[in-house]
Amino acid sequence: MSDTHNRSVAFVRTTEAPSLPPPSNAAGPFKWLKDNLFATPANSLLTIIAILVIYAVVTGTFPWMFNGVWNSSSLAGCREVLDGTTGACFAVLVERWNQLLFGFQYPTELYWRPGLAFVLLFVAAAPVLFFDLPRKLLIFTAVYPFLAFWLIWGGSITAPLLAMAGVAAGYFFYQRFVASSFALGFFGAIVVALLVWKIGGAILPGSEIAEGAMRSVPSRDLGGFLLNMMFGVTCVSLSLPLGIALALGRQSSMPLIKFICVIFIEFIRGVPLITLLFVANVMLGYFFPPGSGVDLFLRVVIMITMFSAAYIAEVIRGGLAALPKGQYEAADSLGLDYAQAMRLIILPQALKISIPGIVNVAVGLFKDTTLVSVISMFDLIGMIRGPILASTEWSGVYWELFGFAAVLFFVVCYGISQYSQWLERRLATDHR
Amino acid sequence: MKKTVLFGALTVAGLAAGMASAATLDDVKARGSLNCGVTTGLVGFASPDANGVWDGFDVGVCRAVAAAIFGDPTAVEFVPTTGKTRFTALASGEIDMLARNTTWTFSRDIDLKFEFTGVNYYDGQGFLVPKDLGVSSAKDLDGATVCIQTGTTTELNLADFFRSNNISYDPVPIETNAEGQQQYLAGACDVYTTDASGLAATRASFENPNDHVLLPEIISKEPLGPLVRHGDNDWGDVVRWTLNALITAEELGVTSANVADLAAAPTDNPEVNRLLGTEGELGAMLGLEADWAKNAIAAGGNYGELFEKNIGENTPIGLARGLNAQWTEGGLIYSPPFR
Repeated sequence: MSDTHNRSVAFVRTTEAPSLPPPSNAAGPFKWLKDNLFATPANSLLTIIAILVIYAVVTGTFPWMFNGVWNSSSLAGCREVLDGTTGACFAVLVERWNQLLFGFQYPTELYWRPGLAFVLLFVAAAPVLFFDLPRKLLIFTAVYPFLAFWLIWGGSITAPLLAMAGVAAGYFFYQRFVASSFALGFFGAIVVALLVWKIGGAILPGSEIAEGAMRSVPSRDLGGFLLNMMFGVTCVSLSLPLGIALALGRQSSMPLIKFICVIFIEFIRGVPLITLLFVANVMLGYFFPPGSGVDLFLRVVIMITMFSAAYIAEVIRGGLAALPKGQYEAADSLGLDYAQAMRLIILPQALKISIPGIVNVAVGLFKDTTLVSVISMFDLIGMIRGPILASTEWSGVYWELFGFAAVLFFVVCYGISQYSQWLERRLATDHR
Repeated sequence: MKKTVLFGALTVAGLAAGMASAATLDDVKARGSLNCGVTTGLVGFASPDANGVWDGFDVGVCRAVAAAIFGDPTAVEFVPTTGKTRFTALASGEIDMLARNTTWTFSRDIDLKFEFTGVNYYDGQGFLVPKDLGVSSAKDLDGATVCIQTGTTTELNLADFFRSNNISYDPVPIETNAEGQQQYLAGACDVYTTDASGLAATRASFENPNDHVLLPEIISKEPLGPLVRHGDNDWGDVVRWTLNALITAEELGVTSANVADLAAAPTDNPEVNRLLGTEGELGAMLGLEADWAKNAIAAGGNYGELFEKNIGENTPIGLARGLNAQWTEGGLIYSPPFR
């Protein structure tokens, strides 16, 4: 039977037939279009509306952007060049470039100093942000705050050196005594640092320098995007440890500490940032005698730091609450004391959970630094709204200037956001 | 309520600060520079140029005072203030004087404990309309939509004006001058109203300024002038009479160009001599050098020169003298005599 059957078949295909191309409406761009853009009548409608909107935006902005004037000394000059056609007046950015970045009072020949500080910021931040880098780089990070202070404000190098000596003394004290008691090490370190500063400040001469490449620049002369970056970087890096301390304090079993932390967080969170800034600028002016008060920059840093620390504390509290109770109990059963348990077990996990929230606060904080323009500090927005729009040459240029500010802020904030997403992926230990 | 509390706090603090620093002139001399509060930027009145040098009509007053004290118009630290921080900056002693287009009102003078030392610009609320609206008087604006900054005295003035003329309007509330410009240009309102000097500056920044006109009606009084703290009359006198010297100089024909010649030797006009210190002891009475007024005038010119250079008809802002002409020419600018 099998033989006959064998012979009854004239041809047996031994390989698979080549598949035919799918019908044109089931593959290629048509299918993609159909699936993604015109799947249902409602989708088609939305697609058409979206295309119309994009078309309107593109035809509206592209001629304006590409026909822009980059060389002119005033808005009237721009209009002369454009001669009635649509076009932006980017010349304002060219002419006021330095003012937008550094403010209008920073000495022109010293722009390299904040510029260098900005470049070094990346070197200093890298080992903190990317922990795969060699740990030795952290030494530079530790030096950077003092170096940046010296570069931006200038003056004699003794002031930053003294500050560094104080911090170093405190650090060694902490290292020496933390093994016996965390509290002794921590608070003792603060006392030692303060002592070094006090004694050193009394011995060393004033640090003002009037001439030369490293001459002193008062805080009042800082401005532009430099000011935003300085506020953003300083306040984020200060408010993170403060926020962690507040979050832990709020969970503390010691009633006094808990009470203080709750009051602080609830009060600061319940007050608008702008009121705090007014207090920093206006009210503190009454308490200090004129001229001898704490530097306005420092006052604002303190206020913004307190504000964002209160928010970060709440974000981290969320992270702490999300940890299963077993983690705390596991730490206890290992015989770790409170400081060790927090440092080694609880916080690493809680902070990882809190990353998106912390980044959210950081981005918000960075953008909030523009609020200092209302207390007559000339940050980027203050420069635009004040001196530049008030000059007879550039009065009336809005889109170009505020668009530029938006681009600068977007670049920084998008960078922060991308970093946080990378960090979340890098720290992911679960098997999702 | 909020305002009352704020003013109360300002008053107490202002009193304390006023008592604490009685001899401002001595402080200023010891410091070697004048701390002068200005705006963070207002076209024509005060703004830093591309090199960061402050210039403008109010800035001119600061420089004149500095020149009167030190003989050096650059001995000024300009402290930019916003509408919200200006009074506390003055009351707390952070600045010695405020020259920041501030309207002289009863409550600011009495309740906030400040001393207005004169008027350097008589402003008033005006109306800006497009030419093709075909309106020649604010009384023809019945039923118009008006862009108006909320929470300002201009809003109240506007309501009063339209009610007393029995005509109606449709307000478009705006927050800032920048927003007002955009709304007005976009046609969201027929009329834009704010201080006339601000309207002129706004119009100057338009693409086609000649398509817009300022209506002749001025519906409010906004005398703008420099001010100092209560309680130090000697210092107030320095600022007041420096401004008066600039005004008198224009009246007497003393300009920055001829002041050096006129001050070199006594002239035939005794008032010029007294002003420029070649006769009498007016400078010493103020606690200043004899040539204080000469230096103040040389700094930026007399009142008329300052006006023409910063906001006058040959500048983009193009304000006419109007109320700010000398009293001899039908204006309100008038200085008591120097004798």
